[in-house]
Amino acid sequence: MAAIDQSKIRNFCIVAHIDHGKSTLADRIIEKTGLLTSREMQAQVLDNMELERERGITIKAQTVRIVYEAKDGNEYIFNLIDTPGHVDFNYEVSRSLAACDGAILVVDAAQGIEAQTLANVYLALDHDLDVFPVINKIDLPSAEPERVKNEIEDVIGIEAQDAPLISAKNGVGIEEVLEAIVEKIPAPGGSPDNPLQALIFDSVYDSYKGVIVFCRIMEGRVSKGTTIRMMATEATAEVVEVGYFGAGQFIPCDELSAGMVGYLTASIKNVKDTAVGDTVTDVNNPCAEPLPGYKKVNSMVYCGMYPADGAKYPDLRDALEKLQLNDASLNYEPETSIALGFGFRCGFLGLLHLEIIQERLEREYNLDLVTTAPGVIYRVHKTDGEMIELTNPSNLPDPAQIAYMEEPMVSAEIMVTMEFIGPIMQLCQERRGRYISTEYIEASRALLKYELPLNEIIYDFFDALKSRSRGYASFDYELKGYEESKLVKLDILINHDEVDALSFIVHADSAYERGRRMCEKLKDEIPRHLFEIPIQAAVGGKIIARETVKAMRKDVLAKCYGGDITRKKKLLEKQKEGKKRMRQVGNVEIPQSAFMSVLKLDDK
Amino acid sequence: MKELSIYIHIPFCKRKCLYCDFLSFPVEERKIGQMRGQQVDCGKIEIKNYVNLLCQELMSSAPQYRQYQVISVFFGGGTPSLLPAEDFARIMDTVREYYQIVQDAEITTELNPGTVDGEKLKHYITCGMNRISIGLQSADDEELARIGRIHDYRTFLRTYELARDAGFTNINIDVMAALPGQSVLSYERTLRVVTALSPEHISAYSLILEEGTPLYERQAEYLFPTEEEDREMYALTKDYLASCGYHRYEISNYAKEGFECRHNKVYWQRGNYAGFGLGASSMVENVRWKNPEDMKAYEAYVWTRHGKDMDAADMHGKDTHGKNMHETDMHVAERQILTKKEQMEEYMFLGLRMMCGVERREFEHLFGQRIEEVYGRIPDRLCRQGLLTQDGNRIWLTDKGIDVSNYVLAQFLFD
Repeated sequence: MAAIDQSKIRNFCIVAHIDHGKSTLADRIIEKTGLLTSREMQAQVLDNMELERERGITIKAQTVRIVYEAKDGNEYIFNLIDTPGHVDFNYEVSRSLAACDGAILVVDAAQGIEAQTLANVYLALDHDLDVFPVINKIDLPSAEPERVKNEIEDVIGIEAQDAPLISAKNGVGIEEVLEAIVEKIPAPGGSPDNPLQALIFDSVYDSYKGVIVFCRIMEGRVSKGTTIRMMATEATAEVVEVGYFGAGQFIPCDELSAGMVGYLTASIKNVKDTAVGDTVTDVNNPCAEPLPGYKKVNSMVYCGMYPADGAKYPDLRDALEKLQLNDASLNYEPETSIALGFGFRCGFLGLLHLEIIQERLEREYNLDLVTTAPGVIYRVHKTDGEMIELTNPSNLPDPAQIAYMEEPMVSAEIMVTMEFIGPIMQLCQERRGRYISTEYIEASRALLKYELPLNEIIYDFFDALKSRSRGYASFDYELKGYEESKLVKLDILINHDEVDALSFIVHADSAYERGRRMCEKLKDEIPRHLFEIPIQAAVGGKIIARETVKAMRKDVLAKCYGGDITRKKKLLEKQKEGKKRMRQVGNVEIPQSAFMSVLKLDDK
Repeated sequence: MKELSIYIHIPFCKRKCLYCDFLSFPVEERKIGQMRGQQVDCGKIEIKNYVNLLCQELMSSAPQYRQYQVISVFFGGGTPSLLPAEDFARIMDTVREYYQIVQDAEITTELNPGTVDGEKLKHYITCGMNRISIGLQSADDEELARIGRIHDYRTFLRTYELARDAGFTNINIDVMAALPGQSVLSYERTLRVVTALSPEHISAYSLILEEGTPLYERQAEYLFPTEEEDREMYALTKDYLASCGYHRYEISNYAKEGFECRHNKVYWQRGNYAGFGLGASSMVENVRWKNPEDMKAYEAYVWTRHGKDMDAADMHGKDTHGKNMHETDMHVAERQILTKKEQMEEYMFLGLRMMCGVERREFEHLFGQRIEEVYGRIPDRLCRQGLLTQDGNRIWLTDKGIDVSNYVLAQFLFD
């Protein structure tokens, strides 16, 4: 292959609000450049996890190299880096953006700018990317391209009058986009003659090759045999293979040099060694400084995960191990619950990340899981000056030893049309939000800024937001820091026994309400026993709510007819089988579903 | 000589009751077809064909029961009384011709009120029938209509009197509690009315809503007794029937002294029984099987057996691992050779349905192990919970244990 002319490379990404058509546009670009025929395209080439396609979101960054013959007669190499599209993965997004020189901003011609659009554009601009807008979905009857163009200029402050008007779905205006990429996105800088400096923006684990590191070469060059060092993790390795990204496949090449986007493998066993954002350099000719922006990713949300069948504990451990190979942001450590037996306390970037991992464990590893209520990391300051980070409510020290507790707060931006400002403000108020400001974006829309406890938004905040704004509000947040808060541990007692897996930390003011609803919910979940079962909610030993499951007093089989014993046995077996799926706490059998029901407290 | 009970399934009924999920179908709803210009009731042809199949099955199965004497015959349904008298006679003649029936065998048929007249009942006696079981369910006409029964109380009463007149001295009456719209008072009235007639045997069940039945699908439209009422009816059954001289010998069965149903007890005590007809269940020497439930499949099953002199050993015993299975067995819907563990389970969960319970000595004699060796502390635990009682030999359900018998019986199933 002839040496690649650095000036003919374009490294870019597409930023958009969810559902504005990012992945569809990526597909069209790939299709138009002739790399794939329409027939070969599995809809949405870049979202290749089954889950991603189902949810219509991108979880892992995907990258593809394509060749485009432009109207100026030259061939250009495009490296399209698809970024994750959810706040849970903000850091990953920022690293992917850092690997690009420009970005295409896709805005829905009907919906206009959303909170997430803004957040992502600002993130791109922060990384000094050249951003040009594209107005998508112009085929919709409700499309208002002119209004949206003005909105982009007013709100974001980038030129939008000559933005291509496209319909990615119908393949309209794609040529224009390709030409704009050539014209508006700068060629990468850097020199192949400088010491190696490459940014890791993702990695995947392959059982044959070890970790495949996705990187953007900023300076220098790397090829087979180069001894590399990851500057933050300090891992070293010898490069086995370098290459670039075909559609859905890795294509080896001789060398990657400044400006290029590609992968390298070096028999690395663990993705923890190749942290996203880290800098790769040449051991024998190291660069002076690592690239800026690296940070260690911390889990924000924790929950307990237990196999429904206790015997599957080793299977769960193996599955987590395998998932972690590909997902350095997944943390887990063994824990034991009196009610649920052996399991793991797992840490995630956010609730979406949690749900994805849970679904993958269930689908790809065929595990039946019981998860406990997700919680955030609380800081418990003890009277003796020690501070502990609490990820499992059961580990809360005795109240007498606690000086005060802190909880993580986020700065949230909510974009909403005027008519829904009232309900949304009310929602934020209910969730203990602190009002910061309202910015009016145009006559009909506003950007609300709030500070909210992370705890209050981790599960159903987004759903509540959508339902109270008829789907119009959009939302983005970033972690702000810790604040002191009046927190208590809410315990659930079933037949006077505390059930550790049902305990959670809650703000003192909402303890009564939550406790009451927990008891109601559990009353419906727990089957009748031969005796009466009190269900109580308690804070610090004081009962704040109670429900009772009445005793079962009659359970007799129907007529046993014509000697069909098999059928009657099946009925008894079903009853017995039902019991197996229960967890024994004291002398009460609690169905698995009861542990999950606490997650759904808000859908009354 | 070993003992055998025979069950004969008659799947026809006039109209399906709204709560019924047994294998039966209404015969009158069958289409009236044209044949050689004449109107022919396909239902009648169907009954004739079915009786032919039954007799054929009885004949070709007979060789495998050469070593057995028949102690009871039970016609169940559907509504067996829909069979014309001559068909009944044919079946009974076949049984008598091919099987050895003991002198005092209990020969029962189920019947529904209004489906027989005095002549038919006399005919039954002539055929050797000595016990009938009448499905009354309730003495309240509105309750009967609500569950889709084809008769009212007066019709029942006439049938009962006709049966007595015909000479039946052993009659069972079925009653049901927890019916839609039923009150404790109306249930008590049903019990009063029934006991006043002084039948020899009473079966009292609670209505169970079975999935797929019209009553189940439309349960929201009905007002069912509350849990408290249901409970009260249940307690009433036992106390009231006891006061009238009926002793409870099984969870749902009550009888005057000496009139316990022999055939029923064979099921609970795991005696041998052979079922004939569509979807009929059998258990002989610890092999359970079930005839096909589809009429076409049943027909094929009967005809492939035809003419084959099957030895009893072909059906059970030798081919315990399914090897050398007789080709006809391929048409049997379910066939199961019970393992020792399964036999133990059955011994316990069937035996405990009887008020006399199970016997430790018998268990040990049958299985070579003591109950405690097999079930550990389960019996003791259930005794402590007040659900079972035991003496040196027997273990049986307490009143409280009867109330929650599903729970108790399920404890004796292995994981």
